[in-house]
Amino acid sequence: MANKRIDQPTGTETVGHEWDGIEELNTPLPRWWLWTFYLTIIFAIGYVIAYPAWPMIDRATAGMLGWSSRGALAQEMTAADRAQQSFREQLAAIDVVKLRDNPELMQRAVAGGAAAFKVNCSQCHGSGAAGSQTLGYPNLNDDDWLWGGDLAAIHYSIDRGIRQPDDNEKRQSVMPSFDGAFDSAQLEAVTQHVLSLSGNADASAAGAQIYADNCAACHGPAGQGDRAQGAPRLNDQIWLRGGTAADIKRQILNPRMGAMPAWGERLDPVTVKMLTAYVYSLGGGEEAQAEISDSAETQPEAEAGNDGQP
Amino acid sequence: MGNPDQPDDAKRDWAVTVEDGIAKSNEPVSSAVADPAAATRRHEPHEPPRETLPEKLYEARKSIHNKRIDGPFRRFKWFVMLVTLGIYYVTPWLRWDRGPYAPDQAVLVDLANRRFYMFGIEIWPHEFYFVAGLLIMAGIGLFVITSAVGRAWCGYACPQTVWTDLFQHIDRFVDGDRNARIRLENAPWTWGKVFRRGFKWSIYLAIGFVTGGAWILYFADAPTLFRDFFALEAAPVAYATVAILTLTTVTLGGFMREQVCIYMCPWPRIQTAMMDEKSLMVTYKDWRGEPRGSVKKAAKNPGQFGDCIDCTQCVQVCPTGIDIREGPQIGCITCALCIDACDKVMKDIGRPRGLIDYATLEDCEREAAGENPKPAWRALLRPRTMVYFTIWAGIGAALLFALGVRTHTEMTVAPDRNPPFMLMSDGSIRNSFTLKIRNMESRPRDMEIALDGLEGGVMWTDAIGRDEAAATQTITVAADQVRTIRAYVMAPRDARTQDFAFTVTSLDEQRESDRVETRFDAPETP
Repeated sequence: MANKRIDQPTGTETVGHEWDGIEELNTPLPRWWLWTFYLTIIFAIGYVIAYPAWPMIDRATAGMLGWSSRGALAQEMTAADRAQQSFREQLAAIDVVKLRDNPELMQRAVAGGAAAFKVNCSQCHGSGAAGSQTLGYPNLNDDDWLWGGDLAAIHYSIDRGIRQPDDNEKRQSVMPSFDGAFDSAQLEAVTQHVLSLSGNADASAAGAQIYADNCAACHGPAGQGDRAQGAPRLNDQIWLRGGTAADIKRQILNPRMGAMPAWGERLDPVTVKMLTAYVYSLGGGEEAQAEISDSAETQPEAEAGNDGQP
Repeated sequence: MGNPDQPDDAKRDWAVTVEDGIAKSNEPVSSAVADPAAATRRHEPHEPPRETLPEKLYEARKSIHNKRIDGPFRRFKWFVMLVTLGIYYVTPWLRWDRGPYAPDQAVLVDLANRRFYMFGIEIWPHEFYFVAGLLIMAGIGLFVITSAVGRAWCGYACPQTVWTDLFQHIDRFVDGDRNARIRLENAPWTWGKVFRRGFKWSIYLAIGFVTGGAWILYFADAPTLFRDFFALEAAPVAYATVAILTLTTVTLGGFMREQVCIYMCPWPRIQTAMMDEKSLMVTYKDWRGEPRGSVKKAAKNPGQFGDCIDCTQCVQVCPTGIDIREGPQIGCITCALCIDACDKVMKDIGRPRGLIDYATLEDCEREAAGENPKPAWRALLRPRTMVYFTIWAGIGAALLFALGVRTHTEMTVAPDRNPPFMLMSDGSIRNSFTLKIRNMESRPRDMEIALDGLEGGVMWTDAIGRDEAAATQTITVAADQVRTIRAYVMAPRDARTQDFAFTVTSLDEQRESDRVETRFDAPETP
């Protein structure tokens, strides 16, 4: 470089560059710095030998240690699984109705169920388990259950599904279509009667008679529903498919009934138990047998969960 | 490589430009000697001899063998070393009774449980601003010190200085004083030298180990960890920390020493910028010392020589190996050992002390002009230091105030947004909330949660069943814990979307409480 000179105040040579009158002193680096630089080079050589480093045509060199980021992930996942192993064994061994006796296990089951719910259930029931009135997916947060809201009932519903053909006699029911059975006055009368059960309309003798003849067998004389056959309560404020007169008429003439896959066939038993615990924990979980069904034959096991009305 | 804005012919005078490999010496030249326009303006410039220089890219360290010295500043350094090392090694062993639910170590950084204990104060992670405040105070504290007494931190209290000092004492203890050490360093590697070096370096290692070993005691119960450590039952991270700190202590204190201050540490540069002509620093009073001459010469030619007899004691005792007579420089950590050395010499030859002394640049000018210097305390009391001190004290007072008024009961409320509300069978409207209730006392406490301003509202939780729903609920929060609660709040069917609040009150004599405003969502009116 051309313009090297000695800087007077410091007695040090400059590097010879000048930027707007600013020059740089060429102070020699300390030698230890050089050594650390060599050390980094040695480290880099070791690193290149030990770890994946040089990009080749389709992959990088593998490195002697055989480390890979996917491998590290798999290892961590295995470690996490192993850490959960005892919990899963405990959960597999415990009867689902006894889950509440073990608060710690219950808590972990709820947490695991929350994750499984997001993957498997939220598509219909929504990520907050609020369901959809438009589409008829039940809200799982409330205290209205079509098939029962204690742990055993919820577990059965999840495990065997709703209205699935195989091996599932407890979750089968069909509401017949009343299209053509009533003239419009009768339809109006029975609709008003259904609304009156929950105090949303005035009762009429004609409507009561039609209801008693056609509906009370399943929905109960007072509209209290029947969890044994999944007949929704009509005397509460929760309507699975809408609570206006038009909604109710549509459901009488052309009933729609929800179905749910049997998750026991798709998921392992532990996950089903975790989902049970989660759904139970959403705020509507019931004590076993707490609700006495008004139907003639009370099912010993109440059943799982959904609220709703036609 | 000139400035493109500047025509070539307008360049500076390149009289001293390097030509044909012939240059002036690259040896550092005192600013006092080299430049007539330099700070002191009191020396005759003389041009260093021209010589052919091989280009030096790297500079080997010049080893420093500082001579033993005794004097007030040296004793002060001993004192500071005793205090700082004492604090460092004793603190983890102090006990402080906090009851059965909290550790009894006076100073403890409990990373696993995310608590920081310092005597009667307990800091949670969300209160980290206290630590930030302390760090800011430490920073501004350095401003105060620096603007008043210069690099006093560097000279006395910096761990690098303290440990370097310690290692230099070890050198002296093992190998003898300056001359013996120089001889030994230049001696060939005989077995004797090998053993000496081995012995010295094992002491280095021991010091490093004790340094790292004490460090980890701040992060766990000291007696337990101490036993576990030697029983080989402590956590791997404890051994790794001790190993790393041993290594850094030995490297930085045993071998790097003053190079850390000169090359690595940003503080000398920052402090240099913060000092002004009113800051105290260690200064060689050149107007009094120059020209240098031995006692004999001065006796022969009275009046021709200054007080400096060029005995180089100041250079020999310097722990960073500089010559203070070259003026203020980055390598000077202002430890003032040269003052001790020079004062001793001046006393021996019957001249007044203070040829090298703490002085401000302003005083130097004044003294050189024959006026009386201001007393040193005037350097401390001036607007700049007062402003720094006021800021420093203000932050400290604010922190103390915040510490005094903080409550040990707090709550946060997170409403469920999906779904925001839901209907119950009887038409009531239910909202769900996640409450986090914090108990910062080191004992379990009962707390009462209540709904405030929600008419007809009741609540139950994940642990308290709906059959016990009420407008207030009592829960127990474990000592020093946050308890998360799912709260289900239900209002009658005619409730509208409205604001309300949760309140939490501790059911003890303190009756601490917190209140959080939130919202109750309800369906829109049809």
